[in-house]
Amino acid sequence: MNSMDSSLKVEIGSYNSGNIPPLMHEIRHALRNLLDNDETTTIDLRGLPMAPGEQQQLLDILGKGEVSVQLDALGKSEITESSYAGVWLIIHYNNNKEVMGKFIEITRMPAILKTRTADMEESLAALQVKLEEV
Amino acid sequence: MNHDKPLGQALREQGVSRRGFLKFCATTASLMALPPSMVPAIAKALESARRPSVIWLSFQECTGCTESLTRSHAPTLEGLIFDNISLDYHHTLQAASGDAAEAAREAAMEENKGKYLLVVDGSIPLGNPGYSTIAGISNLEMLKEVAEHAAAIIAVGTCAAYGGLPHAKPNPTGAVSVEEIIKDKPIVNVPGCPPIPVVITGVLAHFLTFGKLPELDHLRRPLAFYGNNIHDRCYRRPFYDKGLFANTFDDEGARKGWCLFKLGCKGPVTYNACATIKWNDGTSFPIEAGHGCLGCSEPNFWDMGGFYNALSESTMDLSRTAAVGIAVGAAAGAASGLLNRRKKSKAEAAHETVTVKDLQREEKS
Ligand code: SF4
Repeated sequence: MNSMDSSLKVEIGSYNSGNIPPLMHEIRHALRNLLDNDETTTIDLRGLPMAPGEQQQLLDILGKGEVSVQLDALGKSEITESSYAGVWLIIHYNNNKEVMGKFIEITRMPAILKTRTADMEESLAALQVKLEEV
Repeated sequence: MNHDKPLGQALREQGVSRRGFLKFCATTASLMALPPSMVPAIAKALESARRPSVIWLSFQECTGCTESLTRSHAPTLEGLIFDNISLDYHHTLQAASGDAAEAAREAAMEENKGKYLLVVDGSIPLGNPGYSTIAGISNLEMLKEVAEHAAAIIAVGTCAAYGGLPHAKPNPTGAVSVEEIIKDKPIVNVPGCPPIPVVITGVLAHFLTFGKLPELDHLRRPLAFYGNNIHDRCYRRPFYDKGLFANTFDDEGARKGWCLFKLGCKGPVTYNACATIKWNDGTSFPIEAGHGCLGCSEPNFWDMGGFYNALSESTMDLSRTAAVGIAVGAAAGAASGLLNRRKKSKAEAAHETVTVKDLQREEKS
């Protein structure tokens, strides 16, 4: 490292918005609510002021669980269950690989993964046509 | 242009799956600062929304606002909103020019009388009409003509919203904003130099979803994006609260990421979404890059007494600027941030009114 580099050093570790603890409490409440009332909660991470590195800190705290799904619709989406069962992290990208949305969903199964009824109806019709061809 | 096809059907024909559509709705709700629980309702409304005709007029401007919206090279989610309006006139983007372009504008106005949206970027010179013309028509004349049968007007960028750079002292062209000329139409101001791209599309998405314009503040800005000031949502706020300030751009405070108030940051009097939505793929915003906020979404920001003068020493005219919102203490700030996101209409309730004198006091203590 030359002297120029060291004079520009920014101590990122000293930044802290203080938003992680209230967020963790909110996740705990939401998980309790899911267990007691079967209610899903979605938290939009874009709305929270986070210092550089803080979002990564949060993701490190949540950790990775055993399910990880990649969706390919209007760009990729990564859907991962955290090490806390029922707490999912959803990141939507566009075709430019830019992050379009980051959510924590406290649910049994993220809504976007479920197959839509209209899609199943269309599939049924398509299968019928296929069967007639065979 | 066919305006009768519902948005859902138009998207499906472009190969967007239902999961893709749901993703589109989730990110749209997020950018409109609506609670995620509203996604199903938004999906339902957008599915059957009709594509509005949009006429976009550019007056005294630098084209930065159009750049902000269209800079992406590949289709993006916000691009989808833009693609699914019927942009019937935009002299920078359209292929037609001269008489053919003006004929397209007149045809769109006639066909969609009373229903089209008018988007304006740039200010309007009231001095010599020759300062800025399109096809020989003065900006003033064209604005009045197109506004007459518009359903609503969206003034994009600080120039159209408040006069912006052309309006800066000594204002040689006599530049004014849209709202200073048009008094009888609903107007939404989307200020910023330039505005955050998703804020422009967020307003369009809101119009598509609800068929009406979003809730506005006293400067006609959508509350969803301009309901909080930069200072309230700034991650450097805990340093401000502790009185830890950078005094120069290369001192210990600057290196440690302390508050930029003394270096001229206008965050405390600036209402915008930069601190949370951020810029360039949500990467950063000026304060994160080490420079104070210039206050570009506020009226008269060029004349706010110097970009590098602290608010407490500036001679700026705060009369048109909203009461400064300061949450009480760092912890309360974070908690109210979480709440505000969900209860947007109550955002103002979290604010206490302070004056420049209060800021001076806080700075000294
Ligand atoms: S004065 Fe500027 S840098 Fe300091 S906390 Fe407020 S917005 Fe952030």
